Amino acid sequence: MEEATSNTAAAAPQRILRMTGISKRFGAVQALTEVELEIYSGQVVAIVGDNGAGKSTLVKVLAGVHPADDGRIEMQDARVSISSPTDARALGIATVYQDLALCDNLDVVANLWLGHELTYRGRLDEVAMEKQSWKLLRELSAKIPSVRIAVASLSGGQRQTVAIARSLIGEPRIVILDEPTAALGVAQTAEVLNLIERLRERNYGVVLISHNMADVMAVADRIVVLRLGRNNGEFLAAEATSEDIVAAITGATDNAVTRRAATRPVPGTEEP
Amino acid sequence: MSAKVPEPGPEPGTVAADLLDERLIQSAGFGGAVRAFTRRIRGGDLGSLPVVVGLAIIWAVFGIVNPRFLSSINLVNLSMQCAAVGTIAIGVVLVLLLAEIDLSIGSVSGLAAAIVAVGFVGHAWPLWTAVVAAIAAGALIGLFYALLNTRFGVPSFVITLAGLLGILGAQLWVLGKFGSINLPFDSWLVYYAQQLYMPEWLSYAFVAIAVAGYWLAKFLASTKRKAAGLSGVSASALGLRAAGLLVVLGVPVWYLNRSRGVGVMFLSFVALVLIMHFFLSRTRWGRAVFAVGGNVEAARRAGINVRAVAMSVFILCSTFAALGGLMAAGRLAAANQSSGGGDINLNAIAAAVIGGTSLFGGRGSAFSALLGILVIQSISSGLTLVNLDSSLRYMITGAVLLLAVVIDSLSRRSRRAAGRA
Ligand SMILES: Nc1ncnc2c1ncn2[C@@H]1O[C@H](COP(=O)(O)OP(=O)(O)OP(=O)(O)O)[C@@H](O)[C@H]1O
Ligand SMILES: [Mg+2]
Repeated sequence: MEEATSNTAAAAPQRILRMTGISKRFGAVQALTEVELEIYSGQVVAIVGDNGAGKSTLVKVLAGVHPADDGRIEMQDARVSISSPTDARALGIATVYQDLALCDNLDVVANLWLGHELTYRGRLDEVAMEKQSWKLLRELSAKIPSVRIAVASLSGGQRQTVAIARSLIGEPRIVILDEPTAALGVAQTAEVLNLIERLRERNYGVVLISHNMADVMAVADRIVVLRLGRNNGEFLAAEATSEDIVAAITGATDNAVTRRAATRPVPGTEEP
Repeated sequence: MSAKVPEPGPEPGTVAADLLDERLIQSAGFGGAVRAFTRRIRGGDLGSLPVVVGLAIIWAVFGIVNPRFLSSINLVNLSMQCAAVGTIAIGVVLVLLLAEIDLSIGSVSGLAAAIVAVGFVGHAWPLWTAVVAAIAAGALIGLFYALLNTRFGVPSFVITLAGLLGILGAQLWVLGKFGSINLPFDSWLVYYAQQLYMPEWLSYAFVAIAVAGYWLAKFLASTKRKAAGLSGVSASALGLRAAGLLVVLGVPVWYLNRSRGVGVMFLSFVALVLIMHFFLSRTRWGRAVFAVGGNVEAARRAGINVRAVAMSVFILCSTFAALGGLMAAGRLAAANQSSGGGDINLNAIAAAVIGGTSLFGGRGSAFSALLGILVIQSISSGLTLVNLDSSLRYMITGAVLLLAVVIDSLSRRSRRAAGRA
């Protein structure tokens, strides 16, 4: 895991990726409308928004799970196309999904290397994979007793750690975390937040999706608000208050009403 | 951190990287191995334990009721009866690992038998051509299922149920005016399935090679692990395991050699099991099969080509079914309208499940085919020996299958409770 040690010196944030005009439609649902997002190295950008605001969809566009219908994605000022998870991975975009996407029947090593196993003369190189797994988990100060137990037997925080560690295999530049603390207790949430800070120290561009304002304010540098599939404000964490952000999230209208309106595009919604 | 480590690791002073965590219950030495084993069983990770216990009980009961059951003549017969349906069951294990099913394996095996007989006897093709044609037909059927399943998302249950009928029709159509065809006894297919046994020295040589190969592979793996700073197996534990394998292989081979010996067809079945075990547990393809069976979405997002994996599995399953059909035709020295019919279909599926492959996907092993078919054929052979009606045979095999499925479901539940789901 050279990448984890080589780029520890945090340089000035550099733009790694820029998305503009991203639109995505699922049948009758316009999930994203002309959304913009920028990702900088060594910076945590939080995406917040109500349920169904399109956060996960935006992330899936980046991850190649649901390619965008429309819009432009640039990396280092060159346009790129992401039409499959493999494309995203090749571009150095790693994703930790909201549902973790772990195989419960496989052990930790198998999950970490899934789809990218090391081989030696055509056979799985279990020894090399196990050794590197330990090294990676140590670097993340992960608390996992054994890498040879099925993932199902791990605690929520440990599973999250495995999912995050998995994203770091294969030298990514951007790590996307979709609600990494949603199912966790106080202590395990703190662990994951520490982990996110460690990713920032290692100069990854980190995208964090969360409903928890305290978590967002604790680790994010920049906060992007989505509402009904559109950008609805961008804040610097150091300068904004939770109230500002909550107002942008809810649009200062009744929640039930906005969710009903989410089934069709709202022409009047302002853009920043 | 390592203050609580009760027993020393491989080298005193340095603990292997994978044993550092203080919460890890140490399982060094023989006692530790036993403790780890009981912990696994309690957690619902039964593996092949129920079937091995079941097999021991079945053999003990039939051995007491009719001593001829355990005679080497009968066991040689039993082994030869296992080969055909066992080979079909290997394919079933594969589809079950994906949480899919193939109900048409019996028909496919019957079609393969029909093709080889009509080609070889009816049209005087060279036997090799007929055999290759039969296997290719199996592979094509698998490809067809795979396309329907992966392109249109039709459940495999429905596709293969349709296949069960459609392919039975194809078998009858291929047989056509021939109806029933006898294969000549001097053809190698019949010779292989009926007469070809290993010479005694060769069977012992195989046992020796297998044990030595096992020991060497484990020794090299353990050395490599230790060199990488991970825990390895101690030399004594390894020696003990190799000795165990020597007994497990040597005693049956010696006993079968009291009669005609180890049939080459049975050996080919065991070899196929070992090959599939290797591919399932040691290659990226095998890892992908387990991943797709465990969590399709996770596998897809990890960049695994889920369609290609499903394709390969469906094709392999039908190919194994065709192979099994050829073995059955050779053993019967004939192909007819009832080839591949009767209980072949359900026995092959039951064998995989009884052997410990989960119906829920992602859990199982190629050895399930071997162990499961041994159970089924033992019941069948034992009941025939004690002169019980076939009505009872069906009922008892059905009950055993039910038991296996109940064990599968229960162990899945206790795995959930013990966090190993
Ligand atoms: N695969 C899909 N098929 C159809 N509609 C979808 C799909 N995925 C998302 N949507 C719709 O797109 C909209 C945005 O969903 P998305 O999952 O991105 O929301 P979210 O912001 O992540 O919400 P949450 O906070 O609940 O996770 C919703 O209206 C949802 O119903
Ligand atoms: Mg979401």
